[in-house]
Amino acid sequence: MDITVFKSKKLVVVGLVLLILIWLATSPLYASSSNIRLLSTILMYIILAVSWAMFSGPTGYMSLAPAAFFGVGIYTAAFLYARGSPLLPLPAVIVAACAISFVIALLVGLVTLRLKGIYFAIFSFGLIVLLGLIVQYWENQIIGRRGQHVVAEGTETVFYVMLAILVATLLVAYFLRRSRWGMAMLSIGGNEEAATHMGVNTTMVKVFTFAISATFMGAVGAIMATRWIYVDPSTAFNPMYSFMPVLMAVFGGMGQLYGPVLGAAVFAYLERILRREFPAYYMIVFGVILIIVVLFLPGGLVGLIPKLRDRLRGVIAKLRKGGQTEQHANT
Amino acid sequence: MPILEGQGVTKNFGGLAAVSNVDFHVGQGEIAGLIGPNGAGKTTLFNLISAAHPLSSGVIRFKGQKLNGLKPHQICRMGVARTFQEIKLFGNMPVFQNVLVGAFFGTPTRISAADAAREANQALEFVGMSAMTATLVQDLTLVNQKRVEVARALATRPELLLLDEMMAGLNTAEVSEAMELVTKIRDKGITIFMVEHVMKAIMGICERVMVLHHGEKIAEGTPQEIVTNKEVIEIYLGEETRAAS
Amino acid sequence: MLQVSNLNVFYGRSQALRDVSLKVGEGEIVALVGANGAGKTTLLNTISGLLRPASGHMEFLGKRIDRQAPHKIMQFGICQIPEGRKLFTDMTVGENLEMGAYTPEAWKRRKETLEQVYQIFPVLKERRKQSAKKLSGGEGQMVAIGRGLMSTPKLCMFDEPSYGLAPKLFSEVLEVIKRLREQGITIFLVEQNVRRTLETADRAYVLENGRIVLEGKGKDLLQNEQVKKAYLGL
Repeated sequence: MDITVFKSKKLVVVGLVLLILIWLATSPLYASSSNIRLLSTILMYIILAVSWAMFSGPTGYMSLAPAAFFGVGIYTAAFLYARGSPLLPLPAVIVAACAISFVIALLVGLVTLRLKGIYFAIFSFGLIVLLGLIVQYWENQIIGRRGQHVVAEGTETVFYVMLAILVATLLVAYFLRRSRWGMAMLSIGGNEEAATHMGVNTTMVKVFTFAISATFMGAVGAIMATRWIYVDPSTAFNPMYSFMPVLMAVFGGMGQLYGPVLGAAVFAYLERILRREFPAYYMIVFGVILIIVVLFLPGGLVGLIPKLRDRLRGVIAKLRKGGQTEQHANT
Repeated sequence: MPILEGQGVTKNFGGLAAVSNVDFHVGQGEIAGLIGPNGAGKTTLFNLISAAHPLSSGVIRFKGQKLNGLKPHQICRMGVARTFQEIKLFGNMPVFQNVLVGAFFGTPTRISAADAAREANQALEFVGMSAMTATLVQDLTLVNQKRVEVARALATRPELLLLDEMMAGLNTAEVSEAMELVTKIRDKGITIFMVEHVMKAIMGICERVMVLHHGEKIAEGTPQEIVTNKEVIEIYLGEETRAAS
Repeated sequence: MLQVSNLNVFYGRSQALRDVSLKVGEGEIVALVGANGAGKTTLLNTISGLLRPASGHMEFLGKRIDRQAPHKIMQFGICQIPEGRKLFTDMTVGENLEMGAYTPEAWKRRKETLEQVYQIFPVLKERRKQSAKKLSGGEGQMVAIGRGLMSTPKLCMFDEPSYGLAPKLFSEVLEVIKRLREQGITIFLVEQNVRRTLETADRAYVLENGRIVLEGKGKDLLQNEQVKKAYLGL
């Protein structure tokens, strides 16, 4: 009985996911252009949040590098897909962004992943600044012009590429989680010294997972560049694209794969509304939300679900017993 | 050829010689003990064998192969497993997954998920923890946490098991049970090298004992020889323990 | 000096201590022995104020302590030397010891007390500038004991001081405990190493599954059949 319930639950989930994907894929047919743009932004944040959680979740290594690799992707597009003289077609540009982010993350990881907790976080943050300065230097000395123009892609193209990247990110995140590789990452987060003594090649696992997560961040940066069409070092290497995904993932809950998805979707949508209504103070709202989550919802939204389910069960049980005067002892 | 041997093993931390020019060996199938005052370098020696720290000088060989320069995970896959003085379980996983990590990654060749699960279940059954596979490790008593650590080490299919103060904090009855478990492990063909302060265990199951003091080996022999050794009594056992044994 | 009456303590939903009553007289060495999980650490944590009892009360030198905060209880003169060291790993040995003299009166006398602690544990004086992280298990235990002593307590509660200690060192700790008693400090000792503990203690209690099942003079309990079978492995 248990197995069939489990299997049917899985089918329901898969069915639901497929439905959502189909709805998303067909949305350009009936949704307005501005709504599609909103959806693209939401997808971008989901990709960043999920790929961040892919590494930082199980291992416990707090990375603040998403913005760095996002910027790498943006500038890959800026150089390979420049307006007026694109060197490669769009798909190749995305792949190049993936490859370059992967390699940079590999090198950075090898150097910095031996650092302990807080030092790694600070260094990963510093990477954003470092890469921004390198690009700035390059633009000043080599190119002689600040800021680059990227080929403009239409709303629909951007949306579909985003969707493709999202599907890829979710698939990789899902299978990573369930694989022995995912177990190795968890063991690193649990007790790194013990993990290495149980045969886990912790350096390789950390560095590779870090690099894989960077791949998706670079990809999403490259396609975003084609929507922004003008990019410069300060807009490309913007720490907000590290802070927001982290906030979203924590808010959504790190215990499940769909936690960061939920968190990013809710937060991104909230941001759009709040920024429009209260352009001056919308960040305060996020700050307050973060404080509430940290204080009362350590598991994020995802952590709320078991609690709500228990409450609901309790309510249903009480309703069933309604009318009876007998007191049932709490077990 | 002994399964484990070290020559001139030295480890310096800054100016302090934690282990100083120690020669040692453990024969295959032995239960060997390592005792000494606190701070004598016992855990450091284990850390040198498992490569948690690199050697300052000297050489350690396992089954004739030099361990110098290898990483801990490589040494584990060669067949050396260990437990830790401060229990180092994976706090973010339940009991079964803790042992499963050992089963998956402790072997030199790739192992299927089914085989790994079987390995893990066998190890848990061997230590008597089959009933608690889903429990979170924080909810376990000290004794059970130690059992899980042993199971996890066993799941890596070792030929040599290093036990670091496994008996600490156990009462008399639990020590007896643990001694039985260690003997059972040896009877499976696994060599045991154990650091201990609980003399009952050293006397009860060790065939040979080495004594470290200030990083140097000062005595070696059977438990009886060690416990009657004047220097060992003076620096480690104290008069009362001698009177008791 | 310390009186515990009808203490009931819960850990979440399970009851850790049932109707526990004991007393420690001034100048005594009183021991509490029992198996792992019997509730020994829970009892100490309740006396120190880290846990609140569900019912029952505790008195120290005539004052009620069962609703007090831990730091207040420490100021009354009770110190607890916790199981498993619990050192401040970011500090040096010397700094850890100084932290023990946190209360105002203890702080004033800290230089004198520190010298006394170094006399008892000379190796700590050697290592006083070393980071507490680098100590071996037993050395850490010495620091924990020294740190407790720095608060110039009237009652010192030891939680499993033999844990990870070489036999000789544990004997020395028991000697230290006897010397502390000579200096006027009352000792409450919780231990698994039953034989040596009962030899040292004046009186002892046996705790099983949260209940006091035996009490008596240390030497008498050593001869007790129940104790012999369950705890001395005889």
